[in-house]
Amino acid sequence: MIIGQDIVTLLPEIVLVLYAMVALLWGVIFTKKDSSEDSGRLPLYVTSLVLFALALWIALNPEETRLAFNDTFTDDLLARFAKVTILLSAALILLIGREFLEAHQMLKFEFPVLVCFAVVGMMVMVSASDLMVLYVGVELQALSLYVLAAFHRDNSRSTEAGLKYFVLGALSSGLLLFGASFVYGYSGTTQFVGIAESLTTESSTGLLIGLIFILVGLAFKVSAAPFHMWVPDVYEGSPTPVTALFATAPKVAAIILLARLLFEAFGEALQHWQLILIIVSVASMFLGAIAAIGQQDIKRLMAYSSIAHMGYALMGLAAGTPEGVQSMLTYIAIYVVMNVGTFSFILLMKREGRYVTDIDSLKLCARQMPTHALSLLVLLFSLAGIVPMVGFFAKLYVFLAVIDADLLELALAGAIASVIGAYYYLRIVYLMYFGDDDGERLDRPSSLVGQAIVIFTALIMVVGVINLLELTEMASRATQSLFN
Amino acid sequence: MFTPLGAAVTMMLLLRGDDEQAQHNVKILTLTATLATFLISLLVFVEFNPSRPDFQLVEEAAWLFGLLYKVGIDGISILFVLLTTFLMPVTVLACWQVKHRVKEFMAALLVLECFMIGVFCSLDLVLFYLFFEAGLIPMFLIIGIWGGTEKIYASFKFFLYTLLGSILMLIAMIALWLMSGTSDITALMAVDVPSETIRVLGFSVIGGVQTMMWLAFFASFAVKLPMWPVHTWLPDAHVQAPTGGSVILAAILLKMGGYGFLRFSLPIFPIASEILAPFVMGLSVIAIIYTSLVALMQEDMKKLIAYSSVAHMGFVTLGIFSVNKQGIDGAIFQMISHGFISAALFLAIGVIYDRQKTRAIADFGGLVVRMPIYACVFIFFTLANVGLPGTSGFVGEFLTLAGAFQVSTWLTVLAATGVILSACYALWLARRVVFGDLIKESLAEIVDMSPREIVVVLPLVAMTLILGLYPSLVTDIIDVSVNHLIMHITQSQQAVMIK
Repeated sequence: MIIGQDIVTLLPEIVLVLYAMVALLWGVIFTKKDSSEDSGRLPLYVTSLVLFALALWIALNPEETRLAFNDTFTDDLLARFAKVTILLSAALILLIGREFLEAHQMLKFEFPVLVCFAVVGMMVMVSASDLMVLYVGVELQALSLYVLAAFHRDNSRSTEAGLKYFVLGALSSGLLLFGASFVYGYSGTTQFVGIAESLTTESSTGLLIGLIFILVGLAFKVSAAPFHMWVPDVYEGSPTPVTALFATAPKVAAIILLARLLFEAFGEALQHWQLILIIVSVASMFLGAIAAIGQQDIKRLMAYSSIAHMGYALMGLAAGTPEGVQSMLTYIAIYVVMNVGTFSFILLMKREGRYVTDIDSLKLCARQMPTHALSLLVLLFSLAGIVPMVGFFAKLYVFLAVIDADLLELALAGAIASVIGAYYYLRIVYLMYFGDDDGERLDRPSSLVGQAIVIFTALIMVVGVINLLELTEMASRATQSLFN
Repeated sequence: MFTPLGAAVTMMLLLRGDDEQAQHNVKILTLTATLATFLISLLVFVEFNPSRPDFQLVEEAAWLFGLLYKVGIDGISILFVLLTTFLMPVTVLACWQVKHRVKEFMAALLVLECFMIGVFCSLDLVLFYLFFEAGLIPMFLIIGIWGGTEKIYASFKFFLYTLLGSILMLIAMIALWLMSGTSDITALMAVDVPSETIRVLGFSVIGGVQTMMWLAFFASFAVKLPMWPVHTWLPDAHVQAPTGGSVILAAILLKMGGYGFLRFSLPIFPIASEILAPFVMGLSVIAIIYTSLVALMQEDMKKLIAYSSVAHMGFVTLGIFSVNKQGIDGAIFQMISHGFISAALFLAIGVIYDRQKTRAIADFGGLVVRMPIYACVFIFFTLANVGLPGTSGFVGEFLTLAGAFQVSTWLTVLAATGVILSACYALWLARRVVFGDLIKESLAEIVDMSPREIVVVLPLVAMTLILGLYPSLVTDIIDVSVNHLIMHITQSQQAVMIK
């Protein structure tokens, strides 16, 4: 095999890595030590531009499935679907986070560079078809994210979040690695294709033990219950733009990695992992829905909300059918849009010039900024999965796949959890619209980009109902490339 | 050709445009919009041919993953559409006094109208669900923002209660859709849902899958209607909602439940409906008697009317599940007539609430002295609510009872006592509020209805009388559709028996 072909396949990742290194060098050389306040503004804009450009490039890449480096790296439609989602969300989050970072003197040039490395890690994850590549991708994104979580160095919550994330993340990586070594030991290969072959031929208890450890490790990464303990604290402590990043891109990467691993490598063992996924998914949905009710901090609330949403996405995987994967892809893409919108709103929440995140500060903000409040209302109803927003169709699609796979009970559980979950989204709406007037209000929003994104995502939630933006079509083609 | 839906949406968008306009302009615009929608629906009505049993004026377009955007009307739905469009301008006029965030209020009303028309027109399962559920959001906001003191509790209870009911229906809908491969309601009627006895969790379920699905649909419609054990959200929601909200809630939203029974439960699950009809009729009779007794003891006027609504909806379910011509005709008639009467009663309460800021019965008495016109209106609708011959209330109750009589004499006798009980609470209410001596000092300065308020109730008075004296106005329209429905049900029941 010619190495040049492999490099072409990996070109987007390579370009991004090269760009990140150049940016790093540029930052080191041209930043003066004493006045470091604005050192990150230019790299931030350039980075988000690069991420956009890469997303466009990958989206326009017409070619079919390509394999590289002895089939350890797959570039198929599924991977491209995930990469575009990851790149776009990361780019948007950089843009909406700029004001926040500047206000807290955190806009160092390292920030966008770290985001770049995390994104490369995620891109590798979604393309991995070998356990080693998988692990490299996971670690690259995790290490960058640990640093990002602790980026607000002077803030004890942020450093605490970084440390907590690191310790638990390292534990989960350890489990993942342990599982991977088990799988290697029993199958003699780290390649997904090889694992699938060995599953068909011999008895596979060791393989299954390995699979369970890998599943646990990845469940940590997608923040599914009961491996969710780190999520609320890390979400709350990290700087808000970083939280927004946590809630979107890594989730996409991890769950698509999970899909590829389960269907490419362990497709034969469906009956073994299906039950695990069902339990994890039900636990996440209920935990997310119930634990979010008492939260006072909107970032913590969004943490539990993301746990619940991962439950729904896993539910699609648990169906174990192509339709299930397709519904999961649709769900996760819609979830990312909703979260980007909601977090841009959170990044607009300021009182007397300071950023706030407690829910009570939203009191009656509908009077202060009616359009934004209405947009948030739409986003929240969409997150809750209430018609006629796009979020409902995401859930409907998952339910459809699950019922089609004869898992009616799972769909019922999901339905009930979604009613419980509706309560806390409604609570925010109630505060925004009906709360008692105590005179304290949020400031008028200042960030233009943030406002635009809030309104734009809300519009998508409503207008998207017409054809779901052809998302199902894309998801179905991506799924086909997974199942060949 | 079929545009009230589009009209409502466009009007809403138009309204969004004029941010700087004064509140008055917003109100005028909303009123024009609702009137225009009413006119359009009248045009549709003219074009509608009541002698055909199928759906007419159908519009169809492909939509997401095999779903259809399909709307159309038959004899039953056209009536509900007319009821909706007729009551909306009335409601808007009744809400003229809203001073607080007028634009949002009117926008919510218009969005709600659009969704309600959508419910009655959709011919696709998921589209129906979409509209059915979407109505929750504006109603939640109407209760929550413009409601009374306990508004938050009431709006959450309303929202979560109905959401839980409908999400079960959604699951059944998906299952039905996957089973039959179509989400088109007209095609679904021809689908034979399996009704062999199956075992679920150790219980053997007679009617099998059909019963299970029927129950899931029932969960949603029964909450919406509301039927007896699941009615508790209604009094709270009614008491806390602003007048306009109560009117829409009582007059239109509740009817969605009854409409759902007619459109889904009966034609798609005929066997299950037959098996469970005694159960529903039993619940209806309990509802009629129990809620009438509860209504007797209410201190709050709105709560009293709310409970009386539950009782009247009991007649509706009684009629629907007796599955014969009189019963179903009566149920539809009762729903339409209750739409007018309950709307008028809530408006009437709104009139004195606007003046006195209280709804407690004890705070009133002897209003006839200062407010003769008001007293007339109030007594008229109280009597219509009781079902006095000559008003539309009578026709509905009579027909449902006549229908139920053919099924079960005893249930009918029990249900008929509900009529007496309703006379008790309604007349007692009238006596305590309108008659007696005017001794309360707070009432000494109360003024009679303003011209606007009279204009609001006049069409309702007219409709109640017209329908009471000339009921064939309604029955002629629904006749063919109801015959068709009953024929369909009996045929499918016989088909199963032959098997």
